[in-house]
Amino acid sequence: MSTPLRIDKDLVAASATPLVLGILAEEESHGYAILKKITELSGGRLAWTDGMLYPLLHRLERSGQVAAAWGVSETGRRRKVYAITATGRAALAERHGQWQVVSEALERIWDRFGDLGGDLGGDLGGDLGGEPSLGGA
Amino acid sequence: MGIEEEFARWRAYASAQPTLAADDIAEMEGHLQDQVADLAAAGLDDDEAFLIAIKRMGRVDDISREFARVHSERLWKQLLPVAEPAGPERREVAVVLALAVGAALVVRLGIALLPDEVALRLAAVGVLPFLTAYFAWKRRLRPPVAGVLTAVFVVSGLLLGLLPFDDGGATGVLAILHAPVALWLTVGIAYAGGDWRSHERRMDFVRFTGEWIVYYTLIALGGGVLVGLTAGIFNAIGVDPTTVLATWVLPCGAAGAVLVAAWLVEAKQAVIENIAPVLTLVFTPLTLALLIAVLGGFIARPRVIDGGRDLLVLMALILVLVLGLWLYAVSARAPERAAGLFDRLQVAMLVAAIGVDLIVLVAMTARIAEFGASANKVAALGLNLVILVNLVRSAWLGGRFALGRGSLVELERWQTTYLPLYGVWAAAVVCVLPPVFGFA
Repeated sequence: MSTPLRIDKDLVAASATPLVLGILAEEESHGYAILKKITELSGGRLAWTDGMLYPLLHRLERSGQVAAAWGVSETGRRRKVYAITATGRAALAERHGQWQVVSEALERIWDRFGDLGGDLGGDLGGDLGGEPSLGGA
Repeated sequence: MGIEEEFARWRAYASAQPTLAADDIAEMEGHLQDQVADLAAAGLDDDEAFLIAIKRMGRVDDISREFARVHSERLWKQLLPVAEPAGPERREVAVVLALAVGAALVVRLGIALLPDEVALRLAAVGVLPFLTAYFAWKRRLRPPVAGVLTAVFVVSGLLLGLLPFDDGGATGVLAILHAPVALWLTVGIAYAGGDWRSHERRMDFVRFTGEWIVYYTLIALGGGVLVGLTAGIFNAIGVDPTTVLATWVLPCGAAGAVLVAAWLVEAKQAVIENIAPVLTLVFTPLTLALLIAVLGGFIARPRVIDGGRDLLVLMALILVLVLGLWLYAVSARAPERAAGLFDRLQVAMLVAAIGVDLIVLVAMTARIAEFGASANKVAALGLNLVILVNLVRSAWLGGRFALGRGSLVELERWQTTYLPLYGVWAAAVVCVLPPVFGFA
């Protein structure tokens, strides 16, 4: 696998909330497990500063999108476990709609770049797993 | 260094951030431990694992800044605990409320049973025993000391109530003004838990007094607004609220607030910065400017100085202000900090106050020699002298300190040694002046 792609921090910030809510929509979880899941889902390419997850979780808790409770892990350590709430599910559905619009629009742009054979291909080549020559042609 | 120590250091650093609560730190520490365990399982040794985990966690400062954006309220220290108070705290609240109600009832009884002026004269004797009782309870005062304090209040009450003050006479008004000051030092003995010889306890009482004044003023302002609103509404519906407000709400509120303000100061002591020293910082340069303006005024119009005793009274009040500014600056000064610009400013303020006061004193002494003494003049002159002596010595010690000689301890000692003299002077104005001037 290639080295982690540097993703713009605004993009990370914008995607963080739906990612966390989406993970919690599957099952309740704690901070470390959420981050592991994000790494897993992105194939290790979406690298966060771990610490920033916690202020985000607190913000979601404050706005009522997740609920938190202290529990005990299998190793006997105290652990704060987060679960999505009904408000959170509604917010997630809304984000889902927004992201779909954005990604569909982007999808069309990428397609057109493919047709034009633009410079963009050079940048994306390595990360898309394609051959470097694709972009240069 | 072992991994446990590494964790402890990280925890200590994170704990110093005001926006991180203990729970947040525990949560993130759990995360670090999970991460270290995973990395160790993958073959790294503990130290390497810890370094990587810390690096991935990110800088504590950045995290704490993010937390601050979520929890801005954590940057504001809260005086009252968010949760319901637990056992001992709740008992203290109950004791304070009971004592406040007691003080209010005594004041109300005084208004109902006594002539207005006698009730006013006895107000301090009615209210301050409750404050003394609060500290006696809180500091577990030894019974002999409590007995002496009780005796002081009883004797004061008898003197103030039975001495034949003339109605509307100057000595009566002086007694009304000075009795609370003398009795406040009695409260101080209870505040110090009977350990009134200790310089540290005396300084604590000075700090308490400053904060108490600030809190009492705040409560009084809030109460004033409420009373005003109430009066407005009742007037608007055609019911005259004056009697109820003047004989029930105001006096009872003023008496109860004495206790509540004291309790607030006790409760916040370790939680919130003292405000009196902050006010000192703001008002010292302003007061210096005022004194220089007054000096300029005297030089421009030397004749005004024998304008009457009002000037002497005003001057005494300015000296009280200067003394307060000086006292609170000293009480809050960190002993390890070297003398700086602010210390010099303060000494300049003291010197200016002494200069202004000397001019007034010389003029007034001449005036008293010419027209004879009155109770008011003697009281104002005495207060002037009592404070002047303190300020002269303070300016001397403060000047040495500001120049890098002498120590802060000397300064504090002088203030705390001098403290009882104010009480003695106030007591003299209450007990000695009236008979000398025939209770007029």
